[in-house]
Amino acid sequence: MSVEAQDLKLLANDNRGQSGLENGSGLVGWEEVTQGSVLQSFDGNATGIALKKQEERAYSGYNSYTATVASWRIIKPVYNRDVCIDCQNCWVWCPDTSIISRDKQMLGIDYDHCKGCGVCVEVCPTNPKSLLMYGENTPMEDALSAWPEKKKKEK
Amino acid sequence: MAVKFDLNEREVWDGNYAASQALRQADVDVVIAYPITPSTPIVENYGSYVANGYINGEFVMVESEHAAMSGCVGASAAGGRVSTATSSQGFALMAEVLYQASGMRLPIVLNVVNRALASPLNVRGDHADMYLGRDSGWLQMGAFNAQEAYDLALCAFKIAENASVRLPMMVHQDGFITSHTAQNVYPLTDETAINFVGKIQPIDDMLDFSRPITYGAQTEEDWHFEHKAKQHKAIMDSMPVIDSVFAEFKEITGREYNRVEKYDMEDADVVIVGLGSTVETARVAAKNMRETKGIKAGVVAIRCFRPFPYEEVREALKNAKAIAVTDRSSPGGAMGAFFNEVSAAMYTSINRPIVTNFIYGLGGRDFSIEEGERIFAEQQVHADAGYITTEIQQFSGLRGPKLAFFKTERS
Repeated sequence: MSVEAQDLKLLANDNRGQSGLENGSGLVGWEEVTQGSVLQSFDGNATGIALKKQEERAYSGYNSYTATVASWRIIKPVYNRDVCIDCQNCWVWCPDTSIISRDKQMLGIDYDHCKGCGVCVEVCPTNPKSLLMYGENTPMEDALSAWPEKKKKEK
Repeated sequence: MAVKFDLNEREVWDGNYAASQALRQADVDVVIAYPITPSTPIVENYGSYVANGYINGEFVMVESEHAAMSGCVGASAAGGRVSTATSSQGFALMAEVLYQASGMRLPIVLNVVNRALASPLNVRGDHADMYLGRDSGWLQMGAFNAQEAYDLALCAFKIAENASVRLPMMVHQDGFITSHTAQNVYPLTDETAINFVGKIQPIDDMLDFSRPITYGAQTEEDWHFEHKAKQHKAIMDSMPVIDSVFAEFKEITGREYNRVEKYDMEDADVVIVGLGSTVETARVAAKNMRETKGIKAGVVAIRCFRPFPYEEVREALKNAKAIAVTDRSSPGGAMGAFFNEVSAAMYTSINRPIVTNFIYGLGGRDFSIEEGERIFAEQQVHADAGYITTEIQQFSGLRGPKLAFFKTERS
């Protein structure tokens, strides 16, 4: 599995939620901010948005989904497709919905929103685990090429 | 369809009952409440109207006033017409959420039956709770009797929900003196009342699933200042809307309200400025001074505490010589807040009359007609001398040695 496929950058950018709040000469003034600091989550009519996949949704520039928190992370989960059984445990447990799964097949990690908590590794039931934590700067190739072997049951 | 509530042209209601009838007639969708003396009957009555089918609404009981106002924030953000009531410590516990509500620009109407804040514990009325809310970004109006508590509660929905205002509003009445004193009240018919208030026009309602939104987003130094400035501008800009709602109310009822009320002010030299039930006492004292002493006494009452009506106060007091501003809240190491505001208005006037401060009536201590007369007489002494002959701040109606602070600097 290629390294690129694991880094599913979807929509994020490091804009602190400020996109759309600029008026050409800098940030807008008090007269242009929204009443009640109300922010719209999606552009256009969002009827039925819950049934759409993330990449199909028109997230607005104010939506936290379009901002990344990758810089908060010091360790990252690395996913090994060769061991995974698509049980969806990590998808269920991830507190930041950063496990990307489609049609019950695990695709990889949303590294824009993963904060490196390691819950996915803890709940992974395979032997060896299909997800392991590595230092943020460890290259994917190094992690995947040195994946642990299956542990034998101790008698 | 709600059961019809029979009303007479003239009812005998106390301030609490009057306010609760306004909530029924305004067709309030949700009341979320935690009861506290002396405001309890307002929400209790609304609950009974729901239970007995007089209104199609929701009455939600919660575990604290913090939760009550939090629930109101949620229901109002959802798009409903929302109200509740509280007093004193309950108000204090709501304080955090009051700022949330105003910052989110949610037009909740809060009936505040003013009561002193402990300690020492006291269920009686002073304005400590009202003053606690004065920087919270809510509009604040004062009712001086039961009729006004009813009238202003109806007006409050119309003002708060106005598309150009969209701010929460408090309607204050004095604990027990107003809330528990039965008086003649002339209610509107249900039909007239709801036609006047109108249906709520939701803005940014969270039940609009075609447009999911976040309320009160995190801003930090990038945006917080701009949002608070916009909110302050909206509060200041609400003044003409309040005036037009009062004008419309007068058309249908004949009852006139102004952001600043004036009594015997055509030629008054000496004036008491106050709000709450004290105003009626001061008016009697002013009449007595005119009849028995020939002193031209008048009363100015602040109907609208926030936004503070600086221009109208200045206009009302422009020919006054000596003004006593009465604060019914322990000032905690300063002049009364009310005094500061009236002084700010008068310092920028051409006339610059003498202004002094009386702290009175704390914890429900009666403000008597005799004390009002004494204050008027003292103002006349200031006016004749041309300077403040006493300390600037005095305690009125207090037992023990005279307590007074701060004198005018004179060469």
